[in-house]
Amino acid sequence: MELLRFATAGSVDDGKSTLIGRLLYDSKAIFEDQLEAVERVSTQRGDDYTDLALLTDGLRAEREQGITIDVAYRYFATPARKFIIADTPGHIQYTRNMVTGNSTADLTIVLVDARVGIVEQTRRHAFLASLLRVPHLLVCVNKMDLVDFDQAVFDSIREEFTAFASRLDVADMTFIPISALQGDNVVQRSANMPWYEGASLLHHLEQVYIASDRNLIDPRFPVQWVVRPKASSHPDYRGYAGRVDGGVFRVGDEVMVLPSGLTTTVSGIDTFSGPVEEAFDPMSVTLRLADDIDISRGDMICRPHNRPTVGQDLDAMVCWMTDRPVKVGDFLALKHTTRWVRAVVRDIHYRLDVNSLHRDEAATSLGLNDVGRVSLRVTQPLFYDSYRRNRQTGSFILANEDNNVTAGAGMLLGPD
Amino acid sequence: MHPCRLISAVVEHSSGAGLAGQYQLSNLRAIEAESIHIIREVAAEFERPVLLFSGGKDSVVMLRLAQKAFWPGRIPFPVMHIDTGHNFPEVLEFRDRTVSELGANLLVASVQASIDAGRSVDEVGPDPSRNRLQTRTLLDAIAEYKFDAVFGGARRDEEKARAKERVYSFRDEFGQWDPKNQRPELWSLYNGRHRAGEHIRVFPLSDWTELDVWQYVGEEGLDLPSIYYAHRREVFRRDGMLISTGPYVNAREDEEVVETTVRYRTVGDMTCTGAVESSADSVDDIILEVAASRLTERGATRADDRVSEAAMEDRKREGYF
Repeated sequence: MELLRFATAGSVDDGKSTLIGRLLYDSKAIFEDQLEAVERVSTQRGDDYTDLALLTDGLRAEREQGITIDVAYRYFATPARKFIIADTPGHIQYTRNMVTGNSTADLTIVLVDARVGIVEQTRRHAFLASLLRVPHLLVCVNKMDLVDFDQAVFDSIREEFTAFASRLDVADMTFIPISALQGDNVVQRSANMPWYEGASLLHHLEQVYIASDRNLIDPRFPVQWVVRPKASSHPDYRGYAGRVDGGVFRVGDEVMVLPSGLTTTVSGIDTFSGPVEEAFDPMSVTLRLADDIDISRGDMICRPHNRPTVGQDLDAMVCWMTDRPVKVGDFLALKHTTRWVRAVVRDIHYRLDVNSLHRDEAATSLGLNDVGRVSLRVTQPLFYDSYRRNRQTGSFILANEDNNVTAGAGMLLGPD
Repeated sequence: MHPCRLISAVVEHSSGAGLAGQYQLSNLRAIEAESIHIIREVAAEFERPVLLFSGGKDSVVMLRLAQKAFWPGRIPFPVMHIDTGHNFPEVLEFRDRTVSELGANLLVASVQASIDAGRSVDEVGPDPSRNRLQTRTLLDAIAEYKFDAVFGGARRDEEKARAKERVYSFRDEFGQWDPKNQRPELWSLYNGRHRAGEHIRVFPLSDWTELDVWQYVGEEGLDLPSIYYAHRREVFRRDGMLISTGPYVNAREDEEVVETTVRYRTVGDMTCTGAVESSADSVDDIILEVAASRLTERGATRADDRVSEAAMEDRKREGYF
């Protein structure tokens, strides 16, 4: 069974909660006690119908206000795959939550109300998915039952969306006409839309090919922890524990260690269950090297002829996530792979309007939920790739140095 | 639906998919790799981590993951049990055996000791429980040992407040969780920065489901306390749950005690953990049972979550697990 993570964004009106509720219910991931609890609360509140949003709105404040304020994670499985849903609110004041939900997603579902067509929120969701480089975008044209399952409505929305998306960087885009409320094309193909020849939503989620979404070309291994047991069973053991963040490492490979630039070969790849011949993204393993060279946490193991960029001057798209705005000259803590450094903001090139994609080059700061292009200088060299090429070695977070809160998320721009 | 299918191979080879298809981890191995990554990050970035170990299945899985993360080195932090004094004896026996086999350093923080020291007061009323009292004992132990990272086995699929909690969950100087003011958590870049007196709760099993845990127990051949498997036991029905008779809880006059075949889906206090009627006496049988169950594990078996719609959220705000 494979794992697929997908993100959804939207408000109650889109039918997002109904859609998630149906996926969970039809895959038997909603339990009777959860459903009873939701029915009880709905009845107490005097709702006309059972509000499935209560299943995902886990916090007291959310239930009281009838809104989603944070990312909720939901789980379900079919025989083909296990799914993790990052369910986020859709309004502009929750841009940071959508960015968070999309950061680990293999796929994003954008919901469009068939009666209303493409609106500002639709464009924003699609843009954020492309900014975070979610490999698959799934546009669900919902409430088809309310437009008489009319193919012309679906086609016109698809055309308009495709035209807009040509300005974005989306690798794979799929459109499905659905009715979340009535279940058309959610789990089963709908008899009401014989003109639609594609897969149902669930079938698409089970079948979409994700294995090649990772970077399996550029070997990257940020060292997390040096294993030195100093035990009689392993007196001279020295290994470098970490997660493969790109490419494949094999026993016998010639490797280079950064920042030292020294080269050696992989003499063994260890796991608790026994040695393996090769390790690939996203395995957590321990590498042994043929030569005794000085390596510590934060160092990067790569190949001599395939190295990441080494540098202290970074250019990135940054999403700002805290109330206090960031401006040129601010100092921040920055975490990239397994390394914390200090960073100073050198320049804010522009702030991007996430609805219109207009660039405001007069901007001198980024506030909560703003996205912009920023230059940073860091205290020590980082070993990075462009985010476009590698989501792990191309991303970083920023934290305020005084109160330690996570203040920003960055996606590195590079030569490619 | 057959979500219970067991996958034993580490790597799944999907036919005709080329290179990428060969390099694909199964769900269990993907979440295992993620959890090991988290555990190593904590060991590397914190001064004094500790792993909470109740003897329950989730903490058994977490302990195995910690063992894997540092092998052939030893687990570089101690293991701590918050002992309510109302435990199942089978679980205490299991705890001591497991920890000594591993050579890990076990700390026991006792709720009874907190009561004796005047830090906590036992609940009064018809169904007293020491569930809530664990929070005081836990926070005192964190302060005493100056722990700055505390691993817990909570999963997001367990409960709706937990579904919103981060992998790294920040706690202020009072040990409080502020659900409306959580740090954004992106990619796998965890922010453990904190000031003295504050700490981070870390949940490496956040993305695991109950079924994942059982499948992993099966694949890894992990030992669990015997009460997880079907056995004969004297129980009585209270609030729709089957409560075991024992030293800490007694049936009232109107509650009929019967001996039947049961097992436990969760391990908590004897006073508030209910058994389920079951004949599942092997991991495979339990996987089938879990896959077919129409009740969540906490909804079926935990009185502590039934107090109110936000019982878990309220306890977590105070510093509960």
